[in-house]
Amino acid sequence: MDTFSKSETREALDSVVIRFAGDSGDGMQLTGSQFTHTTALMGNDLATFPDFPAEIRAPTGTTYGVSGFQIHFASYDIMTPGDEPDVLVAMNPAALTTNIGDLKKGGLLIVARDAFTKSNLKKAGYEQNPLEDHSLSAYRVIDLDIQAMTLAAVEPFGLGTKDALRSKNMWTLGLVLWLFGREYTATVDWLRQKFAKKPEIAESNIAALKAGHAYGETAELPSGIGPYEVPKAKLEPGEYRNITGNDALAWGLTAASKLSGLKLVLGSYPITPASSVLHALARLKSFGVTTFQAEDEIAAVCAAVGASWGGALGVTTTSGPGVALKAEAIGLAIMLELPLVVVDIQRGGPSTGLPTKTEQSDLLQAVYGRNGDSPLCVLAAATPGDCFYMAIEAARIATKFMTPVMLLTDGYLANGAEPWKIPSMAELPKFPVEFPTERPEGFHPYLRDPDTLARPWAIPGTPGLEHRIGGLEKDFNSGNISYDPANHHKMTKTRAAKIAGIAADVPEQQVEVGEASGDLLVVGWGSTYGAITQAVRRAREQGKPVSQVHIRHLFPFARGLDTLLRGFKKVIVPEMNNGMLSKLLRAEFLIDAVGVNKISGQPFKVREIEAAIDSELENL
Amino acid sequence: MSPSEPAKKLTRKDFTSDQDIRWCPGCGDYAILATIQRTLPTVGADPAKTVFLSGIGCSSRFPYYMNTYGFHSIHGRAPAFATGLKLTNPELDIWVITGDGDGLSIGGNHLMHVLRRNVDLQIILFNNRIYGLTKGQYSPTSLVGLRSPSTPLGSVDMPVTPALLALGAGARFVARSVDTLAKHLGPTFVEARGYRGTSFIEVLQNCPVFHDGAWNHVKDRAHAGQTMLMLEHGKPMLFGDKDGPQQGLRLKPNTLELEVVTLGEGGITEADVLVHDETNRPMAFLLAGLEPPNFPIALGVLLREQAAAYDASVVAQVESAKQSGLTDMDALLRTGHTWTVE
Repeated sequence: MDTFSKSETREALDSVVIRFAGDSGDGMQLTGSQFTHTTALMGNDLATFPDFPAEIRAPTGTTYGVSGFQIHFASYDIMTPGDEPDVLVAMNPAALTTNIGDLKKGGLLIVARDAFTKSNLKKAGYEQNPLEDHSLSAYRVIDLDIQAMTLAAVEPFGLGTKDALRSKNMWTLGLVLWLFGREYTATVDWLRQKFAKKPEIAESNIAALKAGHAYGETAELPSGIGPYEVPKAKLEPGEYRNITGNDALAWGLTAASKLSGLKLVLGSYPITPASSVLHALARLKSFGVTTFQAEDEIAAVCAAVGASWGGALGVTTTSGPGVALKAEAIGLAIMLELPLVVVDIQRGGPSTGLPTKTEQSDLLQAVYGRNGDSPLCVLAAATPGDCFYMAIEAARIATKFMTPVMLLTDGYLANGAEPWKIPSMAELPKFPVEFPTERPEGFHPYLRDPDTLARPWAIPGTPGLEHRIGGLEKDFNSGNISYDPANHHKMTKTRAAKIAGIAADVPEQQVEVGEASGDLLVVGWGSTYGAITQAVRRAREQGKPVSQVHIRHLFPFARGLDTLLRGFKKVIVPEMNNGMLSKLLRAEFLIDAVGVNKISGQPFKVREIEAAIDSELENL
Repeated sequence: MSPSEPAKKLTRKDFTSDQDIRWCPGCGDYAILATIQRTLPTVGADPAKTVFLSGIGCSSRFPYYMNTYGFHSIHGRAPAFATGLKLTNPELDIWVITGDGDGLSIGGNHLMHVLRRNVDLQIILFNNRIYGLTKGQYSPTSLVGLRSPSTPLGSVDMPVTPALLALGAGARFVARSVDTLAKHLGPTFVEARGYRGTSFIEVLQNCPVFHDGAWNHVKDRAHAGQTMLMLEHGKPMLFGDKDGPQQGLRLKPNTLELEVVTLGEGGITEADVLVHDETNRPMAFLLAGLEPPNFPIALGVLLREQAAAYDASVVAQVESAKQSGLTDMDALLRTGHTWTVE
């Protein structure tokens, strides 16, 4: 929200960013997702950003155990979870100290005063209580004894103090729901469903929720604070739901299986932040989905390749460290020319890096990270909902061109949610696969389609098409093993030409925002889409000569990108890495693409990209 | 294994591909290949439904020489490819070809897991106690003291016994045979193929170039009667040279060890000798560890236990879910809370 001002009735705001922060055991992710759910029902556009520690249960009260959930909701079309929060909810001193730096000056701070004990203050590194030393005077503070009020609210249920205190997140949620004019009924329904077998837990949480809501209604909040309302956003008509990137991905893969008529076989190994795709697909067995939790990343991809040879849509899902382990098997799939979808849900690297934080630093690994000349088609999804469509696109290309395809998403897309207009299956193009059953004249496994250069997908079990394939180089004309120098040259060129040919099968590169030529072009890929789009729109509203191109097909690049890049005086490339797409663009097109790099494990803020735009325009 | 057998009577030729074989002259692999090619027609195997899948190494060239479906994969990973393939098409009759380096070293993890899962396929492990394709380095089954390019002063690594490792991983069908004993090897393959689950067959194989004679202490015809124990379910475990005394195995009194007894000595009769029971897992462990000079090596089926095959359980879960769960994709996309914008 832009400003808070005193009002007797609800003050209308265009947009609000709230961050819930607390101990990883305080239920902040749950609080955030319930607020999100109700907000979606209210008809606002929204975007969320869960940010949690790698530790499952870090010691309570510590700064490294702080878990956060940010939601941005508005009465208009928004694309990011927001830069700085307007409202910060801090459930303890550690949550305050790690998040207060982000809160807008003049922003609203809601704190659980009775969690600011000596011991908690010490763990957070406070020498004195910030609620008492005027260090928070830049903010409007609502400090409440949330723990005591929660205990009072749930007292009738006779729970022990520890269990009773678990409801303090619901008390807080109740207050925040009231503050922004939201009802609590959806959360009540959800609690009754979630704790159907433990009704006393459901009812005590509901009591806390209602108490928080009632507190807002009856208590006198400090002057100048709330209540507020955020009117509905004008979204394209249709049926909507909230969706995270990983759910969209799992559903997209399942939809691809339906659209192609192929059985989906997933080989996967648990890894953050990709595991929830394995979980989601494991629940979809009724759609004929087979999930195989392998003994390691290598076995996971190998099983997927084996499944592909057998005529399934073979898929493996992982994150960067897993892709490194799978590299040899992906190279084999390139050599075998079998379809395979590899999904890399990127996280901070190198090595174990920042498992729960987001980054885009696997791009070069995706494009180049294998032995030999091994061209691989690489795609990237731009938003959580886009993961659905890009999963289908990856499967389409893989089966049409008989090649592995790597789809890049990241931790931010994986866990972030957005309202998503639900497609109807009937409107999605089918891409049915037919396996050869007759032995054509001169059949061999590397007999190519003259247009796509794809080889036939002859599957074991088919009489008359018995053949042998493997990682050794094959003769172009017979498919037999060949060490002939000229043949290897020809086969390497052929594999490259096949992948290059994919560019003719995908739409030309479009300009996302602005003109097709001019002064400054901002080129992005993947999850930076929202922040870049918002920044470019704002710059253009101020009359600045800037356009945006967003790349979904990273290898090969779509046709027309060359012309677009050359149509601008300057090209900048914001990326959450140390400069990877900028390197590819320089190598491919010999243009002076300038990187705008952020490698903090956090997504770009809109204003960071606006600042980069301004700085480039000044120096133009 | 394959439910519908082809009408035509097939011969060895039908299972022989047109590819030139590139193993060294005298390699034990030739004998194993010939035995498979001769055996498959006798059990009504269908080349279209038969798959040979291998990793990397000399033995892993095997699929190229079979006129069936063949897949020459990457080092050590064949069991993983095979698992994915079997889950996709459980009707296929899959043979994984591996060696002591491929299966026990780089692929040890996959071998362990395919065995414990009990995926319905056959694994033939060619054990020549050496790395052949990379020119003679010692392998996980090489004995201590073996001099090789990478152990010029002799290996100090303790070797692994493949059958013991398989049993430890939970394998339920474990057999052992010898490359040149076609009359034993062929029937062993038939038993393995008939088993529903993972069949593990270790074949003692000779590499004439880098480790010639690694199994001579077992195969030497002059003493083969004493160095090989041919296991038969329900039969006493007897062995011995034709013209020498008959010997047998029995449990050493008050211990959990086997001992060799000679019939006719100290009142020992055939009734004192243990009878092979291929469903007895503790006995399989004891048999798997026997080796010359103190014991004969046990050949044949060491263990055969019935258990659910992994692929069958996976398919059953999917089929049952299809009966009771959601199958409409449009409905799936609309599960949970949705709202309409006018």
